[in-house]
Amino acid sequence: MRMDQRVKNHILKYLSQGLRFDGRKSDEIRDISIEYDVSKTAEGSVKVKLGETEVLVGVKLEVGKPYPDKQDEGTIMVNVELLPLSSPDFESGPPSLQAIELARVIDRGMRESNAVDFKNLCIEKGEAVWNILIDVCTLNDAGNLLDAAGIGMLAALQNTYYPKLEDGKINYKEKTDKKLGLKLSPMPVTVYKLGSYFIVDPLKDEEMAADARLTVTTISDGTICALQKGGDLPLTLDDIDKMLDLAIVKANEIRKSIGDKNAKK
Amino acid sequence: MAYKKRIDGRKFDEMRPIEAKVGVIDRAVGSSYFKIGKTIAYAAVYGPRELFPRFMQNPTKALLRTHYNMMPFSGSGDRVRPGPSRRSKEISLVTKHALEPVLKLDDFPNAVVDVFIELPQTDAGSRCAGICAASMALADAGITMKDLVGAISVGIVDGQVLVDLDYQEEAFDGIVSDVPIAIIPSTGELTLLQMDGQISKDDLMKGLEMGKKAITQIMDVQRAALKAKFKGE
Repeated sequence: MRMDQRVKNHILKYLSQGLRFDGRKSDEIRDISIEYDVSKTAEGSVKVKLGETEVLVGVKLEVGKPYPDKQDEGTIMVNVELLPLSSPDFESGPPSLQAIELARVIDRGMRESNAVDFKNLCIEKGEAVWNILIDVCTLNDAGNLLDAAGIGMLAALQNTYYPKLEDGKINYKEKTDKKLGLKLSPMPVTVYKLGSYFIVDPLKDEEMAADARLTVTTISDGTICALQKGGDLPLTLDDIDKMLDLAIVKANEIRKSIGDKNAKK
Repeated sequence: MAYKKRIDGRKFDEMRPIEAKVGVIDRAVGSSYFKIGKTIAYAAVYGPRELFPRFMQNPTKALLRTHYNMMPFSGSGDRVRPGPSRRSKEISLVTKHALEPVLKLDDFPNAVVDVFIELPQTDAGSRCAGICAASMALADAGITMKDLVGAISVGIVDGQVLVDLDYQEEAFDGIVSDVPIAIIPSTGELTLLQMDGQISKDDLMKGLEMGKKAITQIMDVQRAALKAKFKGE
C-alpha cells in the first residue's frame, strides 16, 4: 500500500500542534487489554488488543532432539502470520517480508534477553528437549502490529503450562500445573520518526507516513536486548538517543499496564 | 454395543452450546465469530473489490473466493504447519460451494469477494463452524443474500444416529460416520454434503432430518447476532 502525500502532510500539520488523529499525545499508547487462554488447544494463548489492533498468540510445546552443539538446551521458534483476514493489504501465500522481519525482531528480543531458561527445557541430555513454538496470528491491523505481537508473545509465554509427558510422548489432552515461566520481561517498543517528530504506537496512517522507525526491546532494568531500524530515511545519533529513552520509558509503562511482575515502580 | 449415552451427556439431537457475534474485525467489510462447543471460527469478508489478474474477471458476476485456515496452535495434537494443505484447500472449495447458491453475485461484475475463515481452536466440526461464520460475515458485509446458510455435522457413533459430533465421538473406537451438511433453511436444500465412514441409507436420511432441525436453531442464533449489531446493542 502506498502512502498518500496529502495524508502525510496532514499528520505532520497535526503533530506540529501536538495533536494526533485519535486525540492522543505523541508519546501516548492506546489502551491495552489481554484475554488469557483463548485457545485451549495451545499450551498457552492470549488475545491482545492494542486500541483497535488485535493479535492472537499461541504457544505449542513439542519434544524434539537437541542441536548437536547444545545438547542440554531446548529451543524457541517464532512465526508471524499476517492473516489476510486482518487487513485488505495482506495476501495469502508464503510469509511476506514484513511478516518475516516482525517475527525475527520479536524472536531476537526474547532469545537475547535470556528470559527463557533454555537449560530448563532439557528433558534428557542429548536425547530430548522441549521446543517452544510460538505463533502470532493477526486479527485486525490498525497499526503497530509489532509491539502488539511482542506484548502477546510475552503474555502467552508467561501463561504457558507444560502438557503431560507419558513415556516420552506428549499427552496434549492433559496439562500439568507446571508453568513454563520466564525470568525477565523483554518488551519491544517501536518509536517512529515523522519529520522532526517522534511518536509511539502509530495508527495505520501514521505507520505508513513515517520516515524511519526504531524497535527497541528492553528488560526492566533498561538493558537493551534487540534493536531494529526500519524505514527509508537515516537517523542521527541525537535521534537514536531520544528514541531509546522513549522506548525504555514506554516499555515499563506497558509492563505496568498489563500487570507484569517485573515492572519497575 | 450400542452408544447409549453421549460422552459429554448431550441428547442425540442436541448440539454443543453456540455463541455468535458479528462485526468483530474492524478492517474487514463484514466479519463474525462463531463458537460451537470448543470449536471457534472467525470469518472476514473483503470486497467486492477489483479482481486481478484481469483475465480472471467475469463480466456477468463477481467471483467468490473462500479460504479456510487452521491457526498453527489450533489442532488437538502437534502444531499444525502454517500454509495451505490438501485438506484446507478441499474445505475451502466445499465452503465456496456451500455459500455460493445464496449469494447474488451478479450485482458486482468483474469483482471478487474474498472470505477468510480462521480457526484458533478446534474440536471437530470446524468446516461447519467456518460456513456458519462465513455466512454471517457475508450478511454483515451487506452482500445481497437469499438466505443465511447453516451447517452442522450429523452421523453415526456405534449404531446411534446423532448431530454435531465432537472430537471424542469422531475418534470413537467403533463404527463412526461423519456427515457434514449445510442447508439453506428457507428451502431446505443442501449445499454441502460430505461423508466419512459407513452409514445405511435409512440412517443417513434420518440424520439429515435431524441436521435440518438443528440448522434452524443455528439460524436463530445467527439472526440474533446480526440483529444485535444493527440494533446497536
